[in-house]
Formats: sequence, C-alpha cells, structure tokens
Amino acid sequence: MHLSPDQVVYWHYGAFKLNATIAFTWALMLVLVIGSKLITRKLSVELHRSRWQNLLEIVVTGIEKQIGEVGLRHPEKYLGFLGTLFLFIALASVCIVIPGYEPPTASLSTTAALALCVFVAVPLFGIEDQGFGGYLKSYAQPTVIMLPFNIISELSRTLALAVRLFGNMMSGAMIVAILLTITPFIFPIVMTALGLLTGMVQAYIFSILAAVYIAAATRTRESAPIVEPITK
Amino acid sequence: MDSMTLIAVASIVTAGLTTGIGCMMPALGEGRSVASALAALAQQPDASATITRTLFVGLAMIESTAIYCFVVSMILIFANPFWSHVITQAVGK
Repeated sequence: MHLSPDQVVYWHYGAFKLNATIAFTWALMLVLVIGSKLITRKLSVELHRSRWQNLLEIVVTGIEKQIGEVGLRHPEKYLGFLGTLFLFIALASVCIVIPGYEPPTASLSTTAALALCVFVAVPLFGIEDQGFGGYLKSYAQPTVIMLPFNIISELSRTLALAVRLFGNMMSGAMIVAILLTITPFIFPIVMTALGLLTGMVQAYIFSILAAVYIAAATRTRESAPIVEPITK
Repeated sequence: MDSMTLIAVASIVTAGLTTGIGCMMPALGEGRSVASALAALAQQPDASATITRTLFVGLAMIESTAIYCFVVSMILIFANPFWSHVITQAVGK
C-alpha cells in the first residue's frame, strides 16, 4: 500500500523520475486540451449544434453563473482560471472509475501546486483591480493591528486548500484499498461511488473558495454583496 | 519496554485517538450546521441556492479539520519519522 501516487515510479533516468502523478496529470491535460480543441474546431451559431458543443456550452455557462453568484462582477475575466481549476480537479476525480487509474490530486505535490496557483493569482487579480497601493492597504483592514493576522490567514488558507484536497482524494483511495483486503465484493464499489460524489464536491469547493478569495481581494469601493431579489 | 516498542505503542494509540476524536467533533459541528441550514431552507425556500452554496463551503471548512486529523493519523501509521529513525538505527547496528 502506498500513501500517494508519487511512489509509483514507471521509469527513471538519473535524477529524472516519471511517476504516476506526472503521467496521469499529463494524460488528463491531454484529454482536456485535445478534447476541447476537437469540439471547438467546428462551432456553429445556428439552431442546429453538435452534442459536444452543447455539453461545453452548458459547462462554461454553468461555471460562469456560479462565479457570478459568489459576487465577482466580471465573471468572464476569471472564467479561464477558475474554470480550469474546476475542470481539472473534477476530471481527475471522475476518472477513478477507470481501473488502474490513480487520481493525481491524491498526491500532495499536485494539490500544493494548485494551491500555489491560487496563492499567486489572488494578489495579481487584486493588484489589477485596485492598484498596488490599494491592494496592500487591504491587508491593514479594518485596523493596522490586523496586519499580521491577515498575512497569516493568507498563508494558512493556502495550506488548508492543499491539504483538504489531498486528504479527501487520498482518503478515498486508501479506504478502497483497505476495504479490498477486508470485504472484497460489494463495499469497495459503494465507497468508489461515494468517492465520485466527494470528488465532485471537492472540485466545487476548491474553485468556489478560490473565487471567494479573489472576490475578497478585488472588493471594490462601492460593491455590495449581491442579494437575489425575493419573488413573492 | 525498549524504545522501539514504546514508539510503536505510542504511534498506534495516538493514531486511533486522533481519528476517533477527530471524527467525533467535526461530526457534531456538521450536524449542527446541517440542522440549522435545513431550518433556514424550510423557512425561506426561495433562498435555497444561496443557503446551499454557503452550507457546502462551510461543511468543507468543518470537514477539513477532520481531514487534518486523518492525514496526521495516516502519517503516524504509514510514514512515521520516529519509527523510520529507529528502524534505520536498528539496521545499522
């Protein structure tokens, strides 16, 4: 039993190692890139569309709507970053139905890289929105006393993002491996089905939290939380 | 008891306690939050989208504490630094 797919090494030459994490990450990236390239090769604006185009449109507009509901004012600006995070993590966890596959997100290296992307992207979006000084000033909100706590929270939430995703995906794989040795017939399937659900929830949580952090960094002067009008 | 047995006993007992307590407390917290979210949904079905999204984010936050406990107990069982230190010493002897 191994703790992470990092320990499955397929091929190594000197210091360079090709482990399961790298292999499956690249496989997922190829599936995503080539798949969307093939689908968007012949787009149509007429009434008749291909099924795959409909699928992509549903996914993209759904993500955009979710980002908008968090309170970001121009969802299409953040769609590339947040949508990529969501699609990668979701595909990584949906593919666990394929035998022999190990989710690359069950390795702390992958999740730390994803969390570092968020850690870098949040200040960039914040500086782009309110300028360098304005963004730095947001660390001293509401008072200067909060400055160290704001910096600590910046670091600790990055750690939490990484460890949360890693722990959830690793625990799914680990529970199935342990159950296989105890009750090898029905229960591993049930836990794999549960793992599909938690994987989707974790993908949703990861991208929603990234959106919330970006929304907090780009909180502009007059913005108020968007309250949906109550119809009745 | 020599130090090897002591480390093994301490690691196993701590791993069990960590997962046990670390499942119990977040479960209580999640139960409370789901209960109040259900009450809020029953009172305001119109705001269900907002309530559900906030509930999911909050649940993930609470559950991550349980996940931390799980990761710590996994480290204690499968990747224990003290244990591997003792093993390398025993092999070197």
